[in-house]
Amino acid sequence: MEKAIEAISLTKKFNLNIAVNNLSFSVYKGEIFGFLGPNGAGKTTTLRMLTGLLIPDKGQSLINGIDISKEPIRAKLDIGVIPEMGNIYLDLTAKQNIILAGKFYGINSSELISRTENLLKIFQLQDRENDIAKNFSKGMKQRINIASALVHEPKILFIDEPTSGLDVISQRLIKKVIRDINKKGSTIFLTTHDMEEANNLCNRVAIINKGSLVAIDKPEILRLSIEAKKTVVISFDKDIDISPFLNKEHILGIEKVADKFNIQTDNPDIIIKDLVDIAKKYDLKITMLEILKASLEDVFLKFTREKD
Amino acid sequence: MKLNITIIRSTFIVAEKDIKIYYKKPPVLIFGLLFPIFMFISFYLGRNLDLHEFFGGFLAMSIFFTSSSVGPMITPWEKTQGTYEKLLSYPITVGGIIFADVIAGMIFGIIINIFVAVVGIILLGYSVNIIIFILAFIISPFCFSSLGVFLASPSRGTTPSNVMMLSSLVRFPLLFISGIFVPLNKLPLIGKILSFFSPITYLVDLLNYSFRATHILPIYLDFILLIIFCFLFIFLSNIFLKRNLRKGF
Repeated sequence: MEKAIEAISLTKKFNLNIAVNNLSFSVYKGEIFGFLGPNGAGKTTTLRMLTGLLIPDKGQSLINGIDISKEPIRAKLDIGVIPEMGNIYLDLTAKQNIILAGKFYGINSSELISRTENLLKIFQLQDRENDIAKNFSKGMKQRINIASALVHEPKILFIDEPTSGLDVISQRLIKKVIRDINKKGSTIFLTTHDMEEANNLCNRVAIINKGSLVAIDKPEILRLSIEAKKTVVISFDKDIDISPFLNKEHILGIEKVADKFNIQTDNPDIIIKDLVDIAKKYDLKITMLEILKASLEDVFLKFTREKD
Repeated sequence: MKLNITIIRSTFIVAEKDIKIYYKKPPVLIFGLLFPIFMFISFYLGRNLDLHEFFGGFLAMSIFFTSSSVGPMITPWEKTQGTYEKLLSYPITVGGIIFADVIAGMIFGIIINIFVAVVGIILLGYSVNIIIFILAFIISPFCFSSLGVFLASPSRGTTPSNVMMLSSLVRFPLLFISGIFVPLNKLPLIGKILSFFSPITYLVDLLNYSFRATHILPIYLDFILLIIFCFLFIFLSNIFLKRNLRKGF
């Protein structure tokens, strides 16, 4: 597979603090690649080095094989960058912001107007296209931010926390747009700490902690890689303490959250059999029963805690 | 070739954006328009100054304030708004951004002062050396605008108002040592020596020459020194802004 993005031994120190430590990985053409990590792990620093916004102390960032620190203009023509929030000109209108971004790529004016109008429509901003962005909500500003990075139809799109702090409608819209542009062939590099977002959107994910890469693979493979610990979630129609009646041998932990019991076990079959017996014996009705497998969040917690 | 066209195009797009956004910002209007007017009023009224003799100095002061007031605003404003990061992601170099900001400041200085100059020349009846005047009127706003951009370039996370205030701390002393309020030939030796460190001195000399045919330094030297100051300010801005690319903005 052809590489769209390549990080080679990227290292960045701020004073004595190592923000990114000898980081190497590749993103292949056409992928949606999730870059996960807790706050302060080095996600944004890495994204900035990959996009030429920050010069690394050591290492190289290649965009379609072009070293961005040596040939920044050539490399930047292929990319679109969506920084975390609010990076739009508040004194300009929604339309002016998108047109301004498009002008940098030499798109002819009739084509630029047509693309801008299309983006305004996709992002549901056409009714406010001539309003000054200063008065827009956070979600609307982020939609302009994204639209202005898409106007030149970049081959590679870098997105920093695209849906952080947004309402559900804006989140859904942005996720749909990310999927759509990926279907058209763009490679997406996405930083996030939203596990569900990464799980739903990404073909592969990398987990970074304290500046170092701790895991990289497909989300489902990463989930399989952690121990086969499962959680049985159950609730009954009556209040009862079930802990004394369960087979202690297979219970790794138990907690009651509202009317539900979360039972962590290495053998859900035995636990479910016990639970059904309890229900029969005490004439209880099971109102909810679910087995939760290891999630990407569990994977994330495992790898980030291990490093701690 | 294609990449060079991209760089040039991006530079003019940034300059156009600067003009559209920053000319209307209150600090630019206060420091660029009101300050020169107040300075003129406070030094002219009640002092019986010969306006015919001092107009060159006052025009130089006005060009200096207007041209150098846009630059300190742009970079800190964009850094606090997060748009500087976005701007750097477009196909443009740091040098291109600096040049664009300088052009925006220069055009502001020229537009505002063309009116002041024309009114002054007509009212005071100068016979103007037009070539020297036009050259001085283009090169000096470029130089002062470069100074404005340079003053903002080291800022990292500093608010625009703080940068404007700090830039005034540099601009006022430059004004007072430049021979605007006391003609250069009447300054004491130490004053004369200090005046050579201010680029305004050379503009005052050029304007006095083009309006009244009097000058202290050879005209070619005034131009050379103004151009050297331009290169120095742009060079230093480039160093600071590139250093910030290493340190994180």
